Amino acid sequence: MIIEQIIANGILMGFIYALVSVGLSLTWGVMDIINFAHGEFLMLSMYTAFWMFSILAVDPLIALPVCTLLIFILGVLTYFGIIRRVINAPGLTALLATFGLSMFLKNLAQFLWTPNFRYINNSIVSGKTIEIGNIVIGMPQIVAAAASIIMTVAIMIFIDKTRTGKAIQATALNKNTAQLMGINTKKIYAITFGISGACVGVAGALMSTFFPIYPAAGALYSVLAFVSVALGGFGNIKGALFGGLIIGLAEALGGYMFGTQFKYAIVFLIYLIVIQVRPKGLFGW
Amino acid sequence: MVRNKKILLIIIAILALIPIITKSKAVLNAVILLLIFATLGEAWNLITGFAGQTSFGHAAFFGIGAYTSAVLYYRYGITPWIGLILGGIIAAAVAAIMSYPCFKLKGHYFAVATLAVAEIIKQIFVSWKYVEGATGISIPIIPRSSDFIKRLFYLQFNEKTPWVYICLVMFTAVIILCSYLENSKMGYYLKAIRESHEVAESIGINPTNYKLYTMLISAFISAICGSIYAQYILYIDPFMMFSLDVSMKIVLLTVLGGVGNVFGPIIGASIFIPLSEFTRIKLGGSGTGVDLMIYGLLIILITCYQPKGVIGIVQKLAERSKKANIGGEGKIEATSGN
Repeated sequence: MIIEQIIANGILMGFIYALVSVGLSLTWGVMDIINFAHGEFLMLSMYTAFWMFSILAVDPLIALPVCTLLIFILGVLTYFGIIRRVINAPGLTALLATFGLSMFLKNLAQFLWTPNFRYINNSIVSGKTIEIGNIVIGMPQIVAAAASIIMTVAIMIFIDKTRTGKAIQATALNKNTAQLMGINTKKIYAITFGISGACVGVAGALMSTFFPIYPAAGALYSVLAFVSVALGGFGNIKGALFGGLIIGLAEALGGYMFGTQFKYAIVFLIYLIVIQVRPKGLFGW
Repeated sequence: MVRNKKILLIIIAILALIPIITKSKAVLNAVILLLIFATLGEAWNLITGFAGQTSFGHAAFFGIGAYTSAVLYYRYGITPWIGLILGGIIAAAVAAIMSYPCFKLKGHYFAVATLAVAEIIKQIFVSWKYVEGATGISIPIIPRSSDFIKRLFYLQFNEKTPWVYICLVMFTAVIILCSYLENSKMGYYLKAIRESHEVAESIGINPTNYKLYTMLISAFISAICGSIYAQYILYIDPFMMFSLDVSMKIVLLTVLGGVGNVFGPIIGASIFIPLSEFTRIKLGGSGTGVDLMIYGLLIILITCYQPKGVIGIVQKLAERSKKANIGGEGKIEATSGN
């Protein structure tokens, strides 16, 4: 009975990790840029939801589109302000630029809003639970997981079916050829960065209902997203989805079996084991 | 090599003169940290710059070194000099265990694997009672009246000047080792592996073995830096030793100094460590994070406007002066590219 409860919690958390990872996977796969500031985008989205709730009394669920749009714009601006200048630079320069950005955003949040932990206590979803059989699940988690699934599926459909999505795929395969085919790769890169931001925009608004909000809130999710993207195989959205789910489950089950202090160690260990069998991730080729 | 030796001598002479010129604790502190991180950068440069394997987990070796000497002294009163060597050996052993299975991974998969290993080690140290877990270890201080020999034996000093020279000796030894390695047969093998794994293998180089040797040396050096750092700071905890920030700091100053060049780390460290120390001293006391905010902004600016690192600027200037001397010879551009 307790194991079912843990698996349910793990899967619900896994869907949120999946959404964060899908966002990271997009920029990583299409532009080959590891965005260290991904977690900070998430943190900013959480703060957006928090301030809309505490100043304008707008529920995080209603503020979600605003958060998404805001982080989308932030993503596009990041591309034009920073990434565009470093994308052709050798080696790890682009990564360091995003590392600088992450440091800047984290400390900007601390400067503006102090390092205090903040909570959204009385949103629409908070305090409610649902019982399925003998499993009790919190309403915030269910809503977050459901919205994460919708967003992930929407992105997959967008990449697979729309013209822009196909252009993104083409650019990921070969930038120069895509350019010769008449694709404006700069625009595609900007859109990709924006969508990547939108993913964490959604995730952040949803997570703000049941996670504390503080400047360093995003750092952990950056690292977990790196691992889940690598676990799934770079540039593979389906891989990122499953990577997120595996990590959610590993965290919940590992925490139960070996103690919560080791839950992330278990997550990283699973990556190291999987990578021995599939050196390019589960879905990599 | 003659030209490089001159540059090396100049750098060492300048650093050695600083404690004579100034007694300012802030300056000396910056020089000590600069030398420790430059040495770490050299270690990282071996595996990433020469062998082409990006590591985001050097904090693991740094931390292991710090913990080995600190625990040995804290628990059993053993001199840090022994702990320093032992820490290096343990870190090299960990590097061997972790690297051997990981070397078949390519590019980012390897980088994320090193990051994962560092995080696992951090989690273990956080909940390990024997090393005081998350509380961290405060290294017991010897009496203030102890004479210099005893202080040297226990690696604890009242002033910063001895630290500058200890770190300078360490850095000099490491940079000589690195430039020797670079110009040895092994260095050429490593560069061949970096450029193309398959081609290197086809001409009879065993990439895994050579990468492994490099990793062992790199881990050993990082661990010694860790021990020195722990003795200097006199307090360590898992969050500050094993954090991703330490790994990234090493990557940052090496890449922006000039990756794959023995002088890269010292150039990068000479710019970034004083910069971070300066912003910390001027703005850090408020606890508002302004110092790191500005530091982050500076990193963005440097990466955006000088993506080849500081050494790129030097090369550009050198090229320009060369061009002026030779006049109109177009070949230089092509040969200087890396």
